[in-house]
Amino acid sequence: MPIRTVMKANEAAAWAAKLAKPKVIAAFPITPSTLVPEKISEFVANGELDAEFIKVESEHSAISAVVGASAAGVRTFTATASQGLALMHEVLFIAAGMRLPIVMAIGNRSLSAPINIWNDWQDSISQRDTGWIQFYAENNQEALDLILLAYKVAEDERVLLPAMVGFDAFILTHTVEPVEIPDQEVVDEFLGEYEPKHAYLDPKRPITQGTLAFPAHYMEAKYLVWDAMEKARKVIDEAFAEFEKRFGRKYQKIEEYKTDDAEIIFVTMGSLAGTLKDWVDKKREEGYKVGAAKMTVYRPFPVEEIRALAKKAKVLGFIEKDISIGLYGAVFIDASAALVNESERPLMLDFIAGLGGRDVTFGQLDDALRIAEEALEKGEVEKPIHWIGLRKELL
Amino acid sequence: MIEIRFHGRGGQGAVTAANILAEAAFLEGKYVQAFPFFGVERRGAPVTAFTRIDEKPIRIKTQIYEPDIVVVLDPSLLETVDVTAGLKEEGIVIINTEKSKDEILEKLKKKPKKLALVDATTIALETLGLPITNTAILGAVAKATGLVNIESVEKAIKDTFSGELGEKNAKAAREAFEKTEIFEV
Repeated sequence: MPIRTVMKANEAAAWAAKLAKPKVIAAFPITPSTLVPEKISEFVANGELDAEFIKVESEHSAISAVVGASAAGVRTFTATASQGLALMHEVLFIAAGMRLPIVMAIGNRSLSAPINIWNDWQDSISQRDTGWIQFYAENNQEALDLILLAYKVAEDERVLLPAMVGFDAFILTHTVEPVEIPDQEVVDEFLGEYEPKHAYLDPKRPITQGTLAFPAHYMEAKYLVWDAMEKARKVIDEAFAEFEKRFGRKYQKIEEYKTDDAEIIFVTMGSLAGTLKDWVDKKREEGYKVGAAKMTVYRPFPVEEIRALAKKAKVLGFIEKDISIGLYGAVFIDASAALVNESERPLMLDFIAGLGGRDVTFGQLDDALRIAEEALEKGEVEKPIHWIGLRKELL
Repeated sequence: MIEIRFHGRGGQGAVTAANILAEAAFLEGKYVQAFPFFGVERRGAPVTAFTRIDEKPIRIKTQIYEPDIVVVLDPSLLETVDVTAGLKEEGIVIINTEKSKDEILEKLKKKPKKLALVDATTIALETLGLPITNTAILGAVAKATGLVNIESVEKAIKDTFSGELGEKNAKAAREAFEKTEIFEV
């Protein structure tokens, strides 16, 4: 029987790792995700998890250690956040290029400067071009489930790419919620024993990995990473379907909420989706035709799903906790690209919110709604990007 | 949905209190959420923590601005923090204090519907030997609100602290439950 209990997302992530039975875990502590490796090291020390826990002196070493272990042919896990993920950046490309199905938990936290330990998505959004699959969790249960799903997708022979699962700093990492811990046997059946079927280090079959590729070969290696990510779209759908069958919880790349007759639809990711759904209920009672959509998968970008969503809305607003300085928020840019060749498009707006842990309140969502309604009335967008919840008196 | 805000000082265990209350309600089949106001915690600095309890899954992730219940672990906070900020009209305030009802009401900016007072510091000193009031105050919460049974609070405390420490903390909660005075304001 699955166990229902209460725990923080950090603990849920550690439980997911334990259930997936990685052989090597390497991690370096960083707020707010420190509890993940702390809890895993406890599992290892207690003999509840048969794995090597490698203590390292930096996040760069943590990811390098799991790259080495994964290349040696075992299932691996690590966790980090913020500056730690930024420090891993160069190795993230290596993990993807070497086609290593590493899974990593991210307690999504802002980047310095100024120093800030609170939530936004800038850390993992900034890794969008590295070749890692990216999932974002709305709540602690999703943090656990998506880590299991990340292994399922990453290790699929059609994919063989690393995957990260993001859950919001403090809002999830340190928040206690009910979580169902699935049965070990069901997880075992779902994930299977890890058997690397591609390149791995074996003394009987010597190979070189991560080696030099001349201009004659480099481009093909990159193409294959891109192609594998394209193929991941279908694999993710299959994994979601199997997960639902085995565990009874349904996941979608984009989960829609009250969108069918909506004129204005707001799209977001992570824990903000929960607040957004409650806010939509309130606005519906007040007579507004609004809907919400939660993006669970950010890489590969859910192109088809965004197109389907766009067909339903007159105004599509993105509420995101990241900013690509010099243009708009990354999710908005990506969604715009997904819709660029569509003959009909909704009016599109980008709302930058909640950076560095600023609480995204109903009042701020009301502000976004007012801007969206104005665009709807005028039939045009004067300014696509709006920072909501900004304290203008400080500027 | 019932929303509870805890005010304490770093080291008094306000965050743990919020978590234990959530677990106690969870044990009674409720949906729960508990989280700290994510400051850079230092011993002695004002700390805020939150608990939500509902009959259905809780989706909202914002902080709590209009609590149904306010719990104050440290009486000195009444001098510096507006603990009743945003308190609902029918709100309940639970305070660790040795002062009288009238003295306390004078310090509150907003009058609650119900006021519960308990000298949790003395109870904690007697049962734990430390002025850590988080478990004792939960006994007062159970008494004043009826949100959870004292038995669930005791069980959640023992789940959080193992062995003798759990027993002592559960005893502190039970004692506070019995000694809490409730006033309709």
